[in-house]
Amino acid sequence: MLAAQQRPRLIDERGLRTDGRRPDELRPIRIELGVLKNADGSAIFEMGNTKVIAAVYGPKEMHPRHMALPDRTVLRVRYHMTPFSTDERKNPAPSRREIELSKVIREALESAILTELFPRATIDVFMEVLQADAGTRLVSLMAASMALADAGIPMRDLIAGVAVGKADGVLVLDLNEAEDMWGEADMPIAMMPSLNKVVLFQLNGTMTPEELRQALELAKKGIAEIYQLEKKAIKEKFVEVS
Amino acid sequence: MSVTSDRLQTIVSNVKKASILKALERGVRLDNRKPDEYRPLSITLGYAKKADGSALVKLGDTMVLAGTKLEMDEPFPDTPNQGNLMVNVELLPLAYETFEPGPPDENAIELARVVDRSLRDSKAVDLSKLVIIPGKKVWSLWVDVYVLDFAGNVMDASTIAAVAAIYNTKLPKVEVNGEEVKVLTERTDVTPLAYPVVTLTAAKVGNFVVIDPNLEEESIADAKLSISYTPDMRIVGIQKSLGGAMKLEEIPQIEEVTRKAANRLFSELKNTFGIA
Amino acid sequence: MNLPGQIFVMDQQVVCPGDLLAEGDFEIPWSPYIYKESNRYYASVVGVVDVKNGTFTVIPLKGSKYWPRVGDTVLGMVEEIELYGWTVDIRAPYPAYLPASSLLNRPITAGEDLRRYLDVGDYIVAKVEVFDRTTNPILAVRGSDTGKVTDGTVVSISPSKASRLIGRNRSLLNTLVSMTGCHLMVYPNGMIHMRCPSSAQEEAIKGAISLIEIEQESRISDLTEKVRRFIASKLGETNASSSAEA
Repeated sequence: MLAAQQRPRLIDERGLRTDGRRPDELRPIRIELGVLKNADGSAIFEMGNTKVIAAVYGPKEMHPRHMALPDRTVLRVRYHMTPFSTDERKNPAPSRREIELSKVIREALESAILTELFPRATIDVFMEVLQADAGTRLVSLMAASMALADAGIPMRDLIAGVAVGKADGVLVLDLNEAEDMWGEADMPIAMMPSLNKVVLFQLNGTMTPEELRQALELAKKGIAEIYQLEKKAIKEKFVEVS
Repeated sequence: MSVTSDRLQTIVSNVKKASILKALERGVRLDNRKPDEYRPLSITLGYAKKADGSALVKLGDTMVLAGTKLEMDEPFPDTPNQGNLMVNVELLPLAYETFEPGPPDENAIELARVVDRSLRDSKAVDLSKLVIIPGKKVWSLWVDVYVLDFAGNVMDASTIAAVAAIYNTKLPKVEVNGEEVKVLTERTDVTPLAYPVVTLTAAKVGNFVVIDPNLEEESIADAKLSISYTPDMRIVGIQKSLGGAMKLEEIPQIEEVTRKAANRLFSELKNTFGIA
Repeated sequence: MNLPGQIFVMDQQVVCPGDLLAEGDFEIPWSPYIYKESNRYYASVVGVVDVKNGTFTVIPLKGSKYWPRVGDTVLGMVEEIELYGWTVDIRAPYPAYLPASSLLNRPITAGEDLRRYLDVGDYIVAKVEVFDRTTNPILAVRGSDTGKVTDGTVVSISPSKASRLIGRNRSLLNTLVSMTGCHLMVYPNGMIHMRCPSSAQEEAIKGAISLIEIEQESRISDLTEKVRRFIASKLGETNASSSAEA
């Protein structure tokens, strides 16, 4: 196969990845809340070179009324990539991938937001990928979670997630673009860590059942780390005099 | 934009929900299945005579018809020695009372993409077998999956239908003269399917896990986990769906149940339907 | 002493959604800012925990929407004139409704021009009389502290900030009032009605309110100090009379 000639070596002889990380190392993370004036809540979340901005409007009364639900909030969720977020320009029309990911992200948020508190209302969540370097659905979901916290919308927990993959047979944490493209598996998983509950979980590629179990363990560690960073980003804005 | 909808939520009364849960406490389901049993399966190959390959699948009351069409095409520039695979799924208006005509919605798109990933990532469809002239002419394999009766777990039924339809597809004989390709009416006995792939969907209903949920079970489920396997038990796809959550430890437990069911399904595909 | 359970957080601690607050069986009034799973209590928003007398509440630090509570007196702006009343924006997720009969204390005859009493853009102070899962909030004008706003200035801050201003620690509110001599009414939906002796005081108090809105201090005492210094710099120490202590 011609593709094999272009495929780079993903793990070098020292066991390090294409960006120099160890297999269980996360990329640098940057979180900023309250970045937009008009939105009720907003955040920018960065993981390595992946950068997503999320905005939340609501809860507010739902129009058209017939689409409202009598016992809980309707979530309207849009995951979208800007045309300049990828190496080759991405057509701004929603792709099938963006439609699937909007659904997957909305379902993750449904488990976290206390939607039964605001019947007949709606909450809009918009995520725009500004820079795509693997892990966009997870960074988008986390940006949305931070934006919801910024908006003061009641939730069960913050959401933290990470993609575990297989590169040259080695399980690696927080895939980068090369590993996403050339690796043997890509497993994005997101949780409400305080409740130990999984809200997003997919796999493409191949894994043995044993590798799956190891990957889940690796993900759990990565998620715990990210969760602490999220809490820190929220709390450090409130100066606490000890 | 993805919008919360209660398309299915309203159909199960609280009384029914209580009796489903009560039965599960005794280890049975309302249709007398055990939690790890899938519904009766029937596959009719070659159902749509004008398709290049087709299969009508019934999984309980869920009915899905898949048909393939081969078109001669150029390969994509970055994969000159591979044919193309396109999977589309439609949830037809005739399949359920509230389905409207229109382009595929997020549910149909999710189904198509999960089936596509199972076929592609597993290499169950051997794209190199679809090459006619390397770098110049290849077969594009269009797989269209049409859901005719929406009665629960269309995911697994759609995967079976796609696999059976591809299995039923025989590549046409071609005459190659330099750059010219003449497609003959006779068929080879080459199928693009290297081996089957199956998807097993488990639904979390209360504290219980059931395989191949019917429509009522799906409507009251908190979450679903669909896992795809190859015959040598490699996991080639996972998709969690619905707006509920599951505990992290539950995932390996569910995977054990789906794997055992996958084994049984592969045996049935081979022994009853000759698909291997 | 038999405790209802264990509280894991300290008074004035900043909490995030998902933070475990307590375990056991506490008698606390229902709040959207705390949720319970089996016998565990978790915070559902970014906020500050108030722990006292063996119970706890969470006061949100973020959020621009007001959660209507029956019995609250709020200040809202009229959005629409309906047949028998007005739709009022009280900064809640749902618009509120004020029946004209409540404001006028008499039934309405069909075709009456309600604009004479309350027009779009007018401010009205009213009580939240009805609010539950099946209906938008319904307001009532009852008592001398309610009615159309006819003078002064109205500004807004986030409801979460407002509830901290009128919470148990009044030092911040008292500082604003005593240092400026303005008459100040802070409503739980984040609306503030002020009547000041002169424009200098009004500017000073508006500036102080902006400061309160953007400052992220979680401790009222630190915020109070910042506000005190700000107003003093604006008005000079001469206008500051003895400020009430907390």
